[in-house]
Amino acid sequence: MEGLEQIKARIEAAVPGAKIEILQNASPSQQHSLKIDNQHAGDVAKFLRDDPALRLDFCSNVTGVDWLDRTVKKTVKVKKVIDGEEKEVSETTEEKITGYLEAVYHLFSMSHKHGPVIIRMQTTDRAQNVCLTSLTPIWRSAEFQEREIFDLYGIRFDGHPDLRRILMWDEFEDHPMRKDYREPDDYEYEPTPHDEVLEKAKGHYVSRPELDGAEKITTQT
Amino acid sequence: MSAVIETLEAMERPPVSMGSRLEGELLEVSMGPQHPSTHGVFRMNVALEGEIVRKLKPVFGYLHRNHEKIGESVSYLGSMPYTDRLDYFCSMTNNWAYALSVEKLAGIEVPERAEYLRIILAELTRLQNHVSLLGFLLNDMGAWGTPLMYAFREREKILDLFESLSGSRMMCDYMRFGGCRVDASPEWLARAKKIVDIFPRFVDELEQLIVGNEVVIARTQNVGKLSRDLAISTGITGPMLRACGVNYDVRKVDCYGFYPRFKFRIPLGEHGDTYDRLMMRILEMRESVGILKQAFEQIPTGPIINPKVKIRAFRPPVGEAYGRIEAPKGELGFYLISDGGPNPYRYRVRPPSFINLTILEDMCLGHTVADVMVILGSIDIVMGEVDR
Amino acid sequence: MIGTGILKGMAVTARNFVGSYFDKERLITVQYPEERNPLPENYRNFPFLVYDGDDSQAGLRCVACKICEKECPPQCIYIVKSDDKKPDYMGKPQFYPKVFDIDISVCMSCQICVEVCPFEAIKMDKDFELSTRERFDALLMRKDDLAKSNDYYRRISPTDAAEVDRKLTAAAEAAAKKKAAAAPAATKPATPTPPASNEPAPTRASS
Repeated sequence: MEGLEQIKARIEAAVPGAKIEILQNASPSQQHSLKIDNQHAGDVAKFLRDDPALRLDFCSNVTGVDWLDRTVKKTVKVKKVIDGEEKEVSETTEEKITGYLEAVYHLFSMSHKHGPVIIRMQTTDRAQNVCLTSLTPIWRSAEFQEREIFDLYGIRFDGHPDLRRILMWDEFEDHPMRKDYREPDDYEYEPTPHDEVLEKAKGHYVSRPELDGAEKITTQT
Repeated sequence: MSAVIETLEAMERPPVSMGSRLEGELLEVSMGPQHPSTHGVFRMNVALEGEIVRKLKPVFGYLHRNHEKIGESVSYLGSMPYTDRLDYFCSMTNNWAYALSVEKLAGIEVPERAEYLRIILAELTRLQNHVSLLGFLLNDMGAWGTPLMYAFREREKILDLFESLSGSRMMCDYMRFGGCRVDASPEWLARAKKIVDIFPRFVDELEQLIVGNEVVIARTQNVGKLSRDLAISTGITGPMLRACGVNYDVRKVDCYGFYPRFKFRIPLGEHGDTYDRLMMRILEMRESVGILKQAFEQIPTGPIINPKVKIRAFRPPVGEAYGRIEAPKGELGFYLISDGGPNPYRYRVRPPSFINLTILEDMCLGHTVADVMVILGSIDIVMGEVDR
Repeated sequence: MIGTGILKGMAVTARNFVGSYFDKERLITVQYPEERNPLPENYRNFPFLVYDGDDSQAGLRCVACKICEKECPPQCIYIVKSDDKKPDYMGKPQFYPKVFDIDISVCMSCQICVEVCPFEAIKMDKDFELSTRERFDALLMRKDDLAKSNDYYRRISPTDAAEVDRKLTAAAEAAAKKKAAAAPAATKPATPTPPASNEPAPTRASS
């Protein structure tokens, strides 16, 4: 299979205006990915699927990732003139990256038997602008997986034929796979010897009748 | 086989638009979640016209426990026993897929003997999974009990092997990053070899029991046909995909483990109907037996685990990896993102039976309610993996 | 001809039915609990704590290092470390677990606690008939329920136990040798004999 740079160049030639970025992966797996922009996602995906050299007709895995707000510290060595003398000083700059949600697609080719080509799309933030283009019209295998991302991460996919919750029930409100998700304190806890759960369990069993053995929960000393 | 084709031609299925009194009226039925043939807690909202399915919406989540969130909150090693509980029929292959992904993520080498042990166990898993699937499928078709008990009898022998090696019949938790947990003794290998040697006898019997059976043929041929292009587009994998004639097996494509060292063929179907999917399992079992026989001959001695991998405080470098294997149900993948900490930042399972269900509605439309159960049975789902 | 397939299938069923009277391969069920299949040696169920010697509490190998508590994936182990040291089986003062609980309704028998334990103190049991009438307290194993003797461990998994014994003796011998080598070098007299288990530990006495 051709390299990512080549694929990137060919996409940019085929889809005018598409902004493609190669994201390097430092791990030994060497699976680098292409970040594609949201406006041209449909066209890019179509190109990847239909291009005779690539034929990425099999979208294996679709998944969401939640990235919280974070600061990245960068230490750069800068030459500066201090007291008339040129010195090399290392400067630490802190870059603030606002959190975003990400959808990752792992594409393979069943006809050419190569892959994976990984494409990712990112939302602008985690609260309001969480819309991405659905790739279900291109690969139907994304149908349930995009629903799952919508359910667990809260990314809205424009153009998805049936965007409903899939694993959680329809009335559920939050998105449990987000990193800042806090579980509601409304279910029954099984009393276990752990401090935290034990405290919660005691709270829940206070008003319960003696039948369920709640009175037997005692703190360990 | 020729007799089978004869009977196929002799029998003709009634047209699906057979006049029903409720024609024109749709009746919505909720099948499941407590239906005996939904293989767990799976629900389908079916809109029926008479007995014909006009619409079908699967409803998931009854067994949802947010496996991926658990995976993000425990260490890399701690997720290993949880993977057993995804597809609880095939814990060995789940272990392997997860171990393979972590090995990709951290760049770990696996000793030769461990790779052979992994192949032996994965193929044994394939045997017992396909055997029990066939038993369940016949159960769904109304052959109550008997074929399932025959299938479970054979499965039991393989589970006994797993138990004596790993300590547990189904929740094996056998593989570790960079190898396996315990070594197989020569006695174990001899016992496994003996079981594998007599296994084809059972496959022959099973074939005799079902392949030519007119009821099975009537219930499965031309039921739930799936076209090649649709199968590729919907990301179907495993025996279901190959039943449609697509030659795609991760064992051959990715060449993970030591599979390139083995001679085996990929059985392919022609029609993509339920009967082909059923036959695909029988043929795959025969190929698995072939792989196992080669593995028992070739298995070398040596260490079973890479000594460089620490069991405690294991921290892979920052990065991400997607590893996949050919599990009995299809392509099982794990996608891991590491931020350098002891827990994965993102832990994603690509469950084959969940994605294979994407096609359920398309396959069932126009068939009767009774066929829905057969089609669902031929997909081979396990809810532990679908709902995660 | 229609019907031959069914007849062939019937022949298979008949062969299995008749065969189940003669062939052990065709009838593998046993009448539990009257009949039992022998458990394989590697079988694992729930963890227990190994103790040496006769005293189930003083002989515990566990030193409450809490590694297993940390590594346990479903977090079913609960340990409270002691403030003082007590002499262990060998007479060496050690910390001991004041509380060691395993909630076996949570435990998933994954054996990770056994693998991470550096002191060979926790091992997997083979007892599986553990049904109780109560969900909570009866399934919470306290330290007293968990402590089982090394002889018991030797009985249930002889191969592993022999390996562990060999390792521990080797380690003890190595430690003794090191001590012996260090003793003449130091001007101090040889270490006194280990105190009996009922005597207070030195640290405790000083505090």
